[in-house]
Order: sequence, then C-alpha cells, then structure tokens
Amino acid sequence: MLAEGLETLIKALADDGYQVVGPTIDQQAIVYGEIKSTGDLPRGWTDLQEAGTYRLQRREDDAYFGYVVGPHSWKKYLFPPVTLVASADLGEHGWQMRTPEPDPIKYAFLGVRACELAAIRIQDKVFLGGPFVDPTYEARRSKAFIVAVNCTQAAPTCFCTSMNTGPRCESGFDLALTETSDGFLIEVGTKAGQVIAALLPVRPANSTEIGHAEVARQQAADQITRRLDTDGLRDVLMNNLRHPHWEEIAKRCLSCTNCTMVCPTCFCSSVSEVPDLTGEHVDRERHWDSCFNPDFSYMNGSPTRNSVSSRYRQWMTHKLATWHDQFGSSGCVGCGRCITWCPVGIDLTKEVVALRDTTGNDLANLSDGHAEGAEASP
Amino acid sequence: MNSALTSAITAPRFDPWRTHAVRVARMTPEVPGVFTCDLAIQDATMASEYRFAPGQFNMLYIPGLGEIAISICDDPQSRGSVAHTIRIAGNVTHALSELAVGATLGLRGPFGVGWPIDGCRGRDIVLVAGGIGLAPLRPLICHLMTHRREFGEIHLIMGAREPSGLLYSAEYSAWRDGGLNVYPTVDRGDDSWPGHIGMVTAILDRLPLRRPAETVMISCGPETMMWYAAQMVIGRGVDAKSVYVSLERNMNCAIGLCGHCQFGPQFLCKDGPVFSYDRVASIMKVEDL
Repeated sequence: MLAEGLETLIKALADDGYQVVGPTIDQQAIVYGEIKSTGDLPRGWTDLQEAGTYRLQRREDDAYFGYVVGPHSWKKYLFPPVTLVASADLGEHGWQMRTPEPDPIKYAFLGVRACELAAIRIQDKVFLGGPFVDPTYEARRSKAFIVAVNCTQAAPTCFCTSMNTGPRCESGFDLALTETSDGFLIEVGTKAGQVIAALLPVRPANSTEIGHAEVARQQAADQITRRLDTDGLRDVLMNNLRHPHWEEIAKRCLSCTNCTMVCPTCFCSSVSEVPDLTGEHVDRERHWDSCFNPDFSYMNGSPTRNSVSSRYRQWMTHKLATWHDQFGSSGCVGCGRCITWCPVGIDLTKEVVALRDTTGNDLANLSDGHAEGAEASP
Repeated sequence: MNSALTSAITAPRFDPWRTHAVRVARMTPEVPGVFTCDLAIQDATMASEYRFAPGQFNMLYIPGLGEIAISICDDPQSRGSVAHTIRIAGNVTHALSELAVGATLGLRGPFGVGWPIDGCRGRDIVLVAGGIGLAPLRPLICHLMTHRREFGEIHLIMGAREPSGLLYSAEYSAWRDGGLNVYPTVDRGDDSWPGHIGMVTAILDRLPLRRPAETVMISCGPETMMWYAAQMVIGRGVDAKSVYVSLERNMNCAIGLCGHCQFGPQFLCKDGPVFSYDRVASIMKVEDL
C-alpha cells in the first residue's frame, strides 16, 4: 500500500464506528490522541531517548512512524486514568448504589508496537483472567481494533529482545504495518482486519518490497543494545529482599511515580469518593495509583511501606519477580519507558545487574539466614 | 473450607462493583473502641441468597467517605442480617460507629478465601486469637460447634491487653458448653481477673497436644503474635502446612485488580486473607514488605 493509503485506513476505521487513536505531537512529545487524518500523525519526527531524557527531532525523511515509544501507552484507553465504577444516591429509602452501564466506545489503535502488544496481553491477564473481571476493561478491550506498526528503529532504552516481546509484531493485532520508503507492507491478523484491509488500496507486495520491509525491521533489532538478564531473575530478587542495594537505589529514587504512570502494564488504582454539592449523590471514581505513593499501603495508622527503598523494592520485585507467580509472565515488556521518564535516570536493567553482582554467599546469608521463618518449612 | 460453597458465592457472575444497600439492624458495643454492627440487605432476594464462608470479609461502604474491608463475624447459618465486629481506627470505622439503627450504607461481598474447614475434619484444632482477631474466628467457632462431631479436640486461646479488652466474653461459657476448651489470657490483669496473665504463646507452650501431626492451628491477630504462635506449634510437631494465618494489608477493590493488598506474590483479597503458614513464612518477617 502506498503511503497515501493510510488516509483510507483512518477513514475506513472511522466509517466503521471506531474512534481512531494514534500517535500525535503534544507538549513536545509523541503521545496517543484522537486521529482524524494523517495530518495528525508525527510525520517526519523522531524521538531521542536515554535514561532521564526524551527529545523530539526532525527526521531526514517523511516517515509517519519513525519514532519508538513516548510516555503514553494504550492502557490509557483500555484502563482509563479515571473511571466511574459506581455511584450512590440518597433517596427516600436511604442510600442506593448503582454501577454504570458498559462503555459503548469502540477504539481503533493505530501504531501499536510489539512491546505494546505484549503489554496488552499482560493486562488482559490482569483484568480478564479472573477470578474477577473488570467490566470497563472488558467492554473496551473486546471492541478494540488493533493496527500494529513494526519498529524500524530502536532507542538506547529499548530491551524488548531480552523480554522476548519484540521488535517484530507476531500476533495480537488485526492489521500490522511495516513502513518503508515504498509505503506500507500490510499483514492481516484477524477476520476483522481482513474486512478493513479489503477497503484499502492494496496489491500483493513484490519480493523487493518484502525485502525492504525485512531490512527495515532488522534495523530495529540491530539497534537494540540494552540487555536485561532474566535468567533466574525471579529467585535472585526474592532471595534478596534484604539486600543493601535497595537502600542505594532509594538515595536516588524520588518516589515520584513516573515509572508506574508510563509503564504499559502497571495496573494499580484507588477509588475516590466524589460527592456533589448536596452530598446526596456520590460518584466513585477509580484513578491510577502507584506503589510509590506512601498512602498506597496505609494501614492502621501508618504506611506499611514507609521508606523509598521498600517502595522501589515492591515495584521492581512485583514487575520482575512476583508477576510470574501471579500472572505467569514477567510484568516487564522491555519498552524502556521507566528508564526514559525517570527524572533521575534510574535504569532498572542496571539495578538488576548491581543486585546480581553483589549477591554473594555473605549477602545470601544476610537475606535468608536472617529470616527466622525460613526454617519453619519442613 | 467448604470449597463448593465458597466458589459458588465468589464466582464473578456479576459486576464486582455492584454494592448492596444495607440497613443497620443492630449496634452492639463490645469492648472499648470496638462495636458490632448487624447489617440487613434491603433487597429481599439478595438477602435470602446471601451466604458466606467463615473467614471471608465484606467491603462496607459509607457514601462520601469510602469503603473498608471488614471480616464477617456472624454464624454462617444465621439469616436476615450479617454481623461485623469493628475496631474504630479511621474515618470510615469512626463513621460506622456513629450510625443509628435504620441507617443505610453499602456492602459488597463476601470476598476472599476463608478458613480451611475441610482440612480440619477429624483433626484436633487450636485456635489462637489476639484482640480483634477473634472476630474473624467467630464464624468458624459457630461452625465447629454446629458440626462438633466432625472435629477432634478444639482449643481456643485468645489474648487481650486487659480483661476489659476480651472480645465476646459473654459467649465463652456457651462455647465451653459447645465443646471448646477456652483459654482467655491478658497482658495485664486487675483485681477482678482470676485467669491467665501472659502472652497467648505461654498457654500454647503448655497446651496438651495429643497428636501434633493431626493438629491444625488457626490464628488471627497481630502478625508478630501469629508468627510466634506458628513457630511454637511447628516446634511441637505440627506441620507448617496445617498452620493457618489471616493477614491484613491495605485493601481497596477486594477483587484482585487494584494492587494495594499485595504481600510478596499474594493478593490478600483474592488469594487470602487466610494462608497456610508455609506459603507466607519466608516473607512474613521481611520488614516493610
């Protein structure tokens, strides 16, 4: 499909009742927002990322998807930052509670990266895997149309190859695009994708075009230099809950919650009471929360995790260790957002290396030998 | 526990945010700072269908103030209302304590995995409670008395700071009549206190266990108390898998989606609050986890 076909794709999705959301430029970053036409896309822009740094820069070409990932992820549509979960009304018979009708909105996501497909799969497990199902997530997820776009470049913060989540989009999409100087190579993933593809100005790709797409995708894979050694990582972390390095990280960590806000899999939330002025109608709003907020663990008069070290430990051990116990995979997809958007540039891949490198027998004793409970298990 | 019952009532066939309107049927002062609130579900069908397993909890909701997790302390066979024994600790519990009979509020539940009733059948049982920790054990005590013949010896040790802090003390004689050995103990006695003074572990240490390998210990109270009690009975030959604790953390959604109640790999709301000790022993003493 020629680049002009992208306009047809956006229109076809809109005509089918989808609200098309995709990359657009706002506040000097590529973020996800409503897309009315290709004019809304960040054509000719790219992002420069490293720990604690994000900058937009002009590209030498007019690529539509010539960037990596920005601070937003698709979770803001599937698991919105603020959701009405219930409401209460004071009437003749006292308080009556209601839950809202399922959200009828149909989203089409344009420009989903491989790591983001993995993040959606992970959140599917969290919100749909039971025993309880989140009604908002289910309503939005079941109707969503996904147009994946393969990465053709990587940032220094990317490590999807370590997490086995990319850079190639393998599954979990309705359509997948690869952008080259020839235009777009399209792969169809589902029947819904087939229906939309039939409306596009497409023809079978020739071998030269397929070759160009392969080269473009390989370029992204080749540019990935960051690594996270996941071998035995769950046990390394869980056997080192008392490791002194947590305190070292806490000297730098501001506990600002940025990493959890930009993470495409973080799912923590809290419900707030929002009464109207009469006090007779109350909305119960669920908003994103973070394990870095002291109040998040507040119980019986004080936070359970009252130190930054305990909160960072909770975040990292959940993401990289206990997520396996809970949901059968790592909670990290290697997108690098938490590294880029950390205001002090804390890099979890380096912190894992530091934890591994200083885990000797002495430290193992420090963590396990100190646990008087360890001998309780027969 | 009665797994068939529990899975039937916790199966997510409904919007997990659906909140029942309930009315305060009775308010009973218990020990200082603690009261029991009996709540009647307004909707007749829901009220007749409502069931819970001992050890489960409800989310009680005061519109405008918020929701909190409170263990159910009622007899699982009782119908018409559900009792909750509550210690005044924060905004919501304070507001709950001031509700008058007839006031309305919200209730979601029941949630969580309760006590291991199936695992107790045919075995001797040691129940250890500290302070308000006796409340979640009360439904189990009721169940054990109702089905007394299914279980071996039953010991109940409960501790409080002082005699006036012993919860449900008016019921102890009925529990003794129901076939339980009841051992209250206090940290500080007074002139009127004829009973034990000391920690629950001091009683536990001397408790005759006729067959430790066939004994189950069930405890609810401060984590330190539960940990020492577990150490003690394991030291006396009880299997760590037969030792159960009920844990508490900040809880917000009760349905495993909000992340608040995580304790290592566990979500207390859906994997617990009751755990066998071997599942949590290695992390119970990790500070600030």
